[in-house]
Amino acid sequence: MMTALTKTRRVNTLPLITPSVLVLFLWMVVPLVMTLWFSFQRYNLLNPSVKGFAGLENYKSLVADSALWTAMLNTLVLVASVLGVTVVLGTLLAVLFNQEFFGRPVARLLIIAPFFVMPTVSALIWKNMLLHPVNGLVAFLTRSLGLEAIDWFGNWPMTSIVMIVSWQWLPFALLILLTAIQSLDNEQIEAARMDGAGASALFFFIILPHLKRAISVVVMIETIFFLSVFAEILITTSGGPGLATTNLAFLIYIRSLLEYDVGAASAGGVIAIVLANVVAFFLVRTIARSLEEG
Amino acid sequence: MINRPLLKKLTLTLVAWTAALIMFFPVFWMLVASFKTEIDAVATPPMLVFKPTLENYAAVQQRANYINSAINSVAISMGATLLALALGIPAAYAMAFFPTRRTRSTLLWMLSTKMLPPVGVLVPIYLLFRDVGLIDTKAGLIIIYALMNLPIMVWLLYTFFKEVPRDILEAGRIDGASRRQELFYLLMPLSLPGIASTALLSIILCWNEAFWSLNLTTSDAAPLTAFISSFSAPEGLFWAKLSAASTLAIAPILLFGWMSQRQLVRGLTFGAVK
Repeated sequence: MMTALTKTRRVNTLPLITPSVLVLFLWMVVPLVMTLWFSFQRYNLLNPSVKGFAGLENYKSLVADSALWTAMLNTLVLVASVLGVTVVLGTLLAVLFNQEFFGRPVARLLIIAPFFVMPTVSALIWKNMLLHPVNGLVAFLTRSLGLEAIDWFGNWPMTSIVMIVSWQWLPFALLILLTAIQSLDNEQIEAARMDGAGASALFFFIILPHLKRAISVVVMIETIFFLSVFAEILITTSGGPGLATTNLAFLIYIRSLLEYDVGAASAGGVIAIVLANVVAFFLVRTIARSLEEG
Repeated sequence: MINRPLLKKLTLTLVAWTAALIMFFPVFWMLVASFKTEIDAVATPPMLVFKPTLENYAAVQQRANYINSAINSVAISMGATLLALALGIPAAYAMAFFPTRRTRSTLLWMLSTKMLPPVGVLVPIYLLFRDVGLIDTKAGLIIIYALMNLPIMVWLLYTFFKEVPRDILEAGRIDGASRRQELFYLLMPLSLPGIASTALLSIILCWNEAFWSLNLTTSDAAPLTAFISSFSAPEGLFWAKLSAASTLAIAPILLFGWMSQRQLVRGLTFGAVK
């Protein structure tokens, strides 16, 4: 009866879906085509007389520029380090917060708080109040231990950025892995315990395999965000000292909005898009699989 | 002798709370600094006992840019959320209740638009915005944020709509409800909690967005993310005032975030982790 009803009322869904699809299509395709187009053009906003088709010139000079390789390496180091920190600590904390302890709801609220702090605020807290070489709290602590105060952003710039971004994203990993752990069947754990499995056996043979998909989702989503880390760098180091913390996103920003070299910046943009797409391919596949499972 | 389960629970409490307090400490430290005078805020050794003052909060309120930025943040987050809901609700409704062969691939395609790194399209968006006069306007950021969050919102709304019992909608149809009535008077009231948490997630993401806001606004339309970043230039010591401004800037979103933890996981993982 119901299927009959649905069938007799053929609904034209086109007017409902089209607006969303159309705006997203424009949002994706127009800038993409423009980026590709500009990347093959001689185009500098400061020098309008230089114009025309450049062929692969922008790519060639970009590839020949050591700044690109430094930026690629920095991007890789930043993404890999923060992924390592957030996934390892996130998994351990998720196991911890899955246990019963006093005041768990409040502790949980406190530990996820950093994720809701806007990037510019967290960058400034770390820069001014924690890692500042003179007035920072960390400098005070190292000095009271009889050590020299460390100029974090001067001498350990990438480590500092990794610390800030990890602090922001650890709660994200924790939140998602905790949700995943909670869906674990308690009877399975009890059964394993009955069979004499210790805590570490439980972790490696039951919890970790169960978390496999959640961990891969965390890794992929974080990678997409970490490829574009920007505000934290702009506010703390401005990519320096030298190029020490210039990632691909920041290099593109320098080339486009500071040097007005549209051609070079666009070629950089194309590289960023290709990198992100490699990750996106696997992410979409994982999500498609979970969609089928319902 | 203490029994073992209790001992275990106490140990866990100690370890977990240590971790929680370390993670929360930077926020706490900022909150404390916002009640100090500027001199106390930079004192070495750091002052733990001090005479609290509200002068920073008063000073922040008096700064015209601050009020302007706060209004911008509210207007942009709300505007982008409403725009995305207006586009997303009909699409999610159609896909949840009248699925076709293409529904699955449409959803996945929408999701894939989210994977485009913003830096990859910074140049063309900047130039387009410059040519049509959208640089440093609220409308410009509203459009960008709505498009940026639309895939997540369609996705979330879709999962919420699928949970609405179909019988109720069928009953409405038998009573002669039109499609429009069905959407507005049946589906939307029934899934109001889902729509609300979708909106909440969108507001959180818009409020904290700091790539487009830093690159596309200068003063008029600058939201709080951009306003706060103007403190990064060391023009004297304004840590206490900065802390007060930051506290006000993050407080509403922290509350929203705490309220919507569950939906956040669902929304940010596109339903892959529930």
